[in-house]
Amino acid sequence: MTQALSAPRRRRRFSLKEALLFLAFVGPNVALIAVFTYRPLIVNVYYSTLKWDISSDFATKVGLGNYREFFRSGEAGHVLLTTAIFTVATVGLSLALGLLVAVALNRKLPGVGFAQATVFAPYVLSGFAVALLWLYIFDPNIGALGAILRSIHLTSPDWINNPRLTLVMVIIVYVWKNLGYAAVIYLAGLQAVPTDILEAAELDGASAIRRFFSVTFPLLSPTTFFLLVTVMLNSLQAFDLLIGLDKLGHGAKTLIFDAYLTGFYDGDAGMSATMSTVLFGLLAVLTLFQLVFLERKVHYR
Amino acid sequence: MSAPMSAPTLAEPPVAAAKPPRPPRNRLRRGLSLLVLRDYLTLLVAVLVVLLPLVYLGFSSFKSPSDLASHQFTLFPDRWGTDNYTKALNELPFGRFFLNSTIVTVVGAGLKVVLAVMTAYGLVFCEFPGKKLIFWAILATLMVPPQVTVLPNYVLISGMGGSDTYWGLILPGLGTGFGTFLLRQAFMQLPLEVLEAAELDGAGHWRRLWHHVIPMAAPSIATVALVNVVYEWNDYLWPLVITNDPNMMTLARGITLLRNSDNLAATVGPIMAGTVMVLVPVLLVFAVLQRHIVNGFTQGGVKG
Repeated sequence: MTQALSAPRRRRRFSLKEALLFLAFVGPNVALIAVFTYRPLIVNVYYSTLKWDISSDFATKVGLGNYREFFRSGEAGHVLLTTAIFTVATVGLSLALGLLVAVALNRKLPGVGFAQATVFAPYVLSGFAVALLWLYIFDPNIGALGAILRSIHLTSPDWINNPRLTLVMVIIVYVWKNLGYAAVIYLAGLQAVPTDILEAAELDGASAIRRFFSVTFPLLSPTTFFLLVTVMLNSLQAFDLLIGLDKLGHGAKTLIFDAYLTGFYDGDAGMSATMSTVLFGLLAVLTLFQLVFLERKVHYR
Repeated sequence: MSAPMSAPTLAEPPVAAAKPPRPPRNRLRRGLSLLVLRDYLTLLVAVLVVLLPLVYLGFSSFKSPSDLASHQFTLFPDRWGTDNYTKALNELPFGRFFLNSTIVTVVGAGLKVVLAVMTAYGLVFCEFPGKKLIFWAILATLMVPPQVTVLPNYVLISGMGGSDTYWGLILPGLGTGFGTFLLRQAFMQLPLEVLEAAELDGAGHWRRLWHHVIPMAAPSIATVALVNVVYEWNDYLWPLVITNDPNMMTLARGITLLRNSDNLAATVGPIMAGTVMVLVPVLLVFAVLQRHIVNGFTQGGVKG
C-alpha cells in the first residue's frame, strides 16, 4: 500500500554527500529505536534465562527453567485465560457498540458533531485517572452505582473483593474509555459505503435491518478487520486502567499486568522477562495470523 | 503490522455521492422518522454515559468528606468547598507534578516531532541504499508494546543514574515510529514540482525542508504534535518505574500516591480533586482541538 502512494521519482546517482545527509536525518531516531525498543527485546530473552532478583547484583543461569516454571505452575493457565477473556470481551463489546454508535452518527442530524466528540473524549484521557474515577463510582459502600441500586432495593455487587466481578468491572471501564475509537473508525467506513447499492436494495424491498446485514456489514469488513487488529493490540497492551482499578491484580491480572507485578512488585526480574518474551511472541504470532489468514476472508469491493 | 498501514485510507474515506431527492412516500417517511428517533436515542444514551461520570467527578471533588462517604446518591455537593483541593495540594507537591508533566510533555513531544520530521524527510527525499528496509524496521516498533521493553530499559537507565531525572523520564520514549509513519505519508503527497523547482533554483535539502516541506505539511506536523502531547501527558508505566521521589513525578504518576490507602472513603476527596487536575487540562485541549486530535488518533493506529 505504501508503494502505491509514492509519487514517481527521478532516480539519482548515489552521492556520498546525500548518503551522509540521510544518516544525519534518520540516524538519531533509528539509534533511539535500536537502543530502547529492539535492544530490550533481545535483552529480555537473555534475562528470561536467569534466576535474578531485581535488587541483587547476582544472577544464576537457569536455562529454560523460568519458562518451565511459568507453564507448569498453573500461573500461565490462569493469566492467559484472564488475558483471553479480557481481550475477547473488550474487542467484541468495543466493535459491537462502536458500530451501533457509528450507525447513529452516520445520519446527518443536528448535534452529531458534539456527540462524536463526546463519545471519543474518554479515549484521550489518562487511563489511571479514569480508573480512579470509576473506582469511586463502583465502590459498593460509597459509590454512585451502589447508591442507585440501593434506591431500587437491590444490593451492589462486590466489585472490589470478588475477582470475577473485578474483571467485569475492568472490562466495562475499558470499553467505556475505548469505544469512541471504534465508533469513529466505523463511521469513516460507513461513509465510504456507496449509496447506490443501498438504494438498489431498498427498491428491491429489503428492510432496513436486512439492508444493514446483507449490504452494509459485508462492505464494512475491511474496517472490521482493521479494528479487530488494532483494538486487539490495544487490549493486549492495556495497563494503566488495570492497575488503577485492581492494584494487585487479584481479578484482572493479564499477561502484561503480571509481567509488571512479577518484575517490579515481587522483584523477580527473570520471570518478568519470561512473561514479556511470551507476550511479545504471542503478539507477533497473532499479527502474523491475522495478516495471513483473516485478511483473505475480508470482502474488498 | 498491517494495522498502521491501512489506517489512513480508512480515516479518509472517499466522499459519498450526493443522494438524489427521494420520492415522498408515506411508508418510507414513517420508517425513516422511527429510525431517526432510534439513532437520536442511541446518541443520547452514549453521550450521557460518557458525560455523567465526568460531571459526577467534577461535582464530587467539591463535596465535604461526610457527603462523599454518604450511602445516598447525590449529584450536587450539599455544601460547596475546596477542601479536597487544599488537602491534595498539602499532601502532595501538585505544583511540582504540574511542572514535571509540562516539562516532560513539551520537551518529549517537541523532540519527537523534530525526530519524526527529520526521519520522514530523509526517508522520502534522500537517496540511500536499503532505506525501505529501514522504514519497515521503524514501522515494526508500532507492534512492540512499551510494557515489553520496560524492564531492560529500567535496568539500563537506572544503572546510568537516570532515576528521578528529567532525562531519564524523557529519553527512552523518544524514538518515534508513529510520527515517522504519518509524516512520511504526508511528505509523499506533497507536490513534487514545487520541490523540484526549488532544487533547480539551487535550494539545498536544508532550505527545502524549512521553506517548502515544513510549511506545506504543517497540518500533518501539528497532528503528530497533538497526539504526542496527549500521549506524553498520560504516559504512566515509565514514570511509575523510573521515579520514586515525589518531586520528580508527573501528574499521572503522582496521583498514584493518593491511592496508597486501602480505605477509599477516607481518601476519596483528595483523589477526586487530583483526578480532576489530571483530566481537565486534556479535556480543555480536546474541547478546542477535537477535530485534529480525533483525526490524529484514528490515522495513527496503535500508540504515540
